[in-house]
Amino acid sequence: MKQGAGQASSLEELLAAKEIVVVCGPGGVGKTSIAAALATMASCHMGGRVLVLTVDPARRLAQALGLSSAPGRAQRVPPEAFADAGANPRGELWAEMLSTKQSWDRLVLRHAPDQHTAQRIIDNPLYQNISGRFVQSHDYIAVERLYELHSEGNYDLVVVDTPPTRNAVDFLLAPQRMAEFFSSRLLRLLTVPYRSRLVDVAARPFYYVADRVLGSQFLEDIAEFFILFQTLSDGFVARASEVERLLADRRTSFVVVSTLETVPVREAEAFMAMLPAKRLHLGGVVLNKVLPAYLTEQRLADRAELLCASADALAEELCRPSGPLAGQPAELVGRVLGEVGTNFNNIALVARREAGQRTELASGTPVLASVPELDDDVHDLAGVLHLGHHIWPGGEG
Amino acid sequence: MADLLDRKLLFVTGKGGVGKTTISAGLALMAASRGKRALVCEVDAKGDLAASFEAPPTRFQESQVAPNLWAMSMDSEASLRQYLSLQLRLPRAAGLGVVARMFDFVASAAPGVREIVTVGKLCWEVRERHYDIVVVDAVASGHIVGQLAAPQAINGLVQVGLVRQQTGWMLDILSDPAQTGALIVSTPEEMPVTETIELVGRLRAETTVDLAGVVVNRVLPELFGTREEQVFEALADPGVADVLDRGLEGGSAALLDAARLMVRTRRARAEHMEHLRRGVAEAAGGPVPMLYVPYLFLRSYGMRSTRQVAAALSAELES
Repeated sequence: MKQGAGQASSLEELLAAKEIVVVCGPGGVGKTSIAAALATMASCHMGGRVLVLTVDPARRLAQALGLSSAPGRAQRVPPEAFADAGANPRGELWAEMLSTKQSWDRLVLRHAPDQHTAQRIIDNPLYQNISGRFVQSHDYIAVERLYELHSEGNYDLVVVDTPPTRNAVDFLLAPQRMAEFFSSRLLRLLTVPYRSRLVDVAARPFYYVADRVLGSQFLEDIAEFFILFQTLSDGFVARASEVERLLADRRTSFVVVSTLETVPVREAEAFMAMLPAKRLHLGGVVLNKVLPAYLTEQRLADRAELLCASADALAEELCRPSGPLAGQPAELVGRVLGEVGTNFNNIALVARREAGQRTELASGTPVLASVPELDDDVHDLAGVLHLGHHIWPGGEG
Repeated sequence: MADLLDRKLLFVTGKGGVGKTTISAGLALMAASRGKRALVCEVDAKGDLAASFEAPPTRFQESQVAPNLWAMSMDSEASLRQYLSLQLRLPRAAGLGVVARMFDFVASAAPGVREIVTVGKLCWEVRERHYDIVVVDAVASGHIVGQLAAPQAINGLVQVGLVRQQTGWMLDILSDPAQTGALIVSTPEEMPVTETIELVGRLRAETTVDLAGVVVNRVLPELFGTREEQVFEALADPGVADVLDRGLEGGSAALLDAARLMVRTRRARAEHMEHLRRGVAEAAGGPVPMLYVPYLFLRSYGMRSTRQVAAALSAELES
C-alpha cells in the first residue's frame, strides 16, 4: 500500500501552495474526517496557522477539535491536546464550526441600508426559516463565511469541509443562485405593491393563480419579506460574485473525497466534470475506505481457488499426529480452510470492482491519498492524527 | 413484520451513502413479485433508481420497469403543475409555468412549500388507489423530518388557499400507521448508526409518521463460529504456514490476512449493530422491527443485486 513518491508529494505541494482547500464529495464518504486530517497534517508538518471550517461534524469529532462549545467562532486546538496525542505540531491548528444563523445575521447587518431595516429582516419569520432551517442556505453561507475568513487574512491555509448537500454540485452553484435570486423576474412580480398588480394585465393570471394556491395573506407576508430583503440586493449580488471569484482563484483548490463504491464514484465524477466549466481548480482526489491492494493479485486468487479445492486434504495433513495441528478434528480444520479460501474470493471481487472504479476516477486526476478502512471512526485528536498519517506522504498509508 | 407490505406508503430514508436507493428498489421489487401493484419514486433525482432496474432514466411520468412495478422520479415543478391543472381546471393551464417557477422560488424562503408538493403527490397516488404500495426513495436523514412535517409547517404559515385546504387529508394519510410508515436504512458503522438513532427520536417528536422498521444494510457474513474461530487462530502457527505454503505453492499468509481483515471488520461492526439495536429501541420507546440485508459480493449493481436485496428482505419478512 505504499504510494508512489510522485503522488505523495502532490498532496504536500497542494497544502503548501494553496490558501484555500475545499473538501467536497458525495455524502457518507468521510469528508469531515478527511478535512480535519488534512488541516491537522498541514499544521503539523508545514507550520503556519491552519483553520478547518466544518459544517455539522459528528459530535465526537467536534469534541476532538474542541468545537463543542462555540459555533461560529474559530478556536485553537490547544498544544496540550497535541502533546497528549503524542504530536508536536510546527504550526497552529484552528477549528470553527459553521453557524448558519450567525453568518446570515452578519451578512444582513453588513448589507442592509440601516440598522432598523436589518432588524426588521432579522425578526421576520420567513427570514428565520431561511437562516436557521432552510437547508440550501448552508451552501451559500459556507462559501460566504469562507470568503470572510479569507479576506480577514488570519490564516495561512483554510480547509473547508462542505455541507452535506443533496448533491455535491449544489455547493458550486450556490453563489450564482444567490445572484440570480435577486435579479429574478419572479422577485419583481412578488414585490409589486398590491394595487399596481390589478393594473398589470400581463401578470394578472399569475396573481390569480398564486392567490388561489397560496392564499393572499401568505403572499403578502412573502411580499413584505422580499421587499425588505431586496434592500440587500446590491451588496449581496456584488458579494456573491466576489465569492465566486475567490472559488475560481488559483489560490483555491478543490479536493474530492470518495469511497470506491459505485454510487459515490458516479457522483464524484459528475462533480469533477463540472469544475472546468466553472473554471475551478481540481487538486485531486482522496480515496477513503479503500481495500488493500494485495487483494487484487491474480496469483493470490489462484491460491484461494486451490485452497478451496484442497482444504480437506490440507486439513488431513495438518491434523496428523506429527502435524502442527495434531489433535484438532480434521473436518473442522477443513471447513475453516475452505472459509478462508471463499472469503478471499469474496473480498477479491470487491477489491477488483474498486480497482476498476479507481482507474476510472483517477484518469486524468491525481490521487492524493488512498486511505484504508480504519477499525474505528475518528473521535479524538489521536484518531485525527492516525487518519492523517495514512494521508500524509511517508505515513502508514 | 409481514405487515410492512400492507402499508400503502413507505418512506425509505437514512444517512447518505447507506444504500437507500438499493433498498427501496429491492423492497418495491419484492412487493411487486408478491402480486402488488407497486410504484417506487426517487425523490433526490440522481438517476440511481433507474440503474437499479437497468431501466432508462426515470421521469415524473411513471414508467413500468418490471411486472407490477412502476418507477418515477419526483419533480416538484411538474408535480405542482399536475396538481394545479387537476384542482383549478384552468383553460390551457394559463400561467402555470410561471406559477410553478414562482412556487420554487417562494419555496426558497417558506418552509414546507416545496416539500408539500412532493409529499402531496405521493399521498395523492395513495388516496386515488392507483397503486397497492408506494415506496419512496426519500431524502436523507438530514432532510426527511422537514419533508414529513411539511403539512404541519404549512398549517402554521398559510391561513387560507388551496395549499392549506390540502393539508388535512394528507395528514390523515401520513399519520395513519396502517397506511404510512418510515423505514430507516443504516449500515453497521458508527456514523450511520448515530444518525439513525437520532432520526428515530426526531421522527417520533416532530412528525406524525410511524416508524415501520430499520433496515441494516451491508451486514458482513460471519466466517466462523466459536470453535472454528479457535481453529482459525491456531492457523497462525508457523508450522501451519509451512504446510499450507507447500500445498498451495505460497500465498497462505495473504489469504489468512484477508480472513483476519474480514473477522476484524465484522467484529467492529457487530458492536455498532448492538449499539443500533439498543439505541433504536430506546429512542422509539419500544421494540422496532429490524431487517438485515447481507453485504453483496457482486461485480456490479443492477437488476441482479436488486433481486438479491429483494430476496434478502423477503426472507427477513418471513422470519
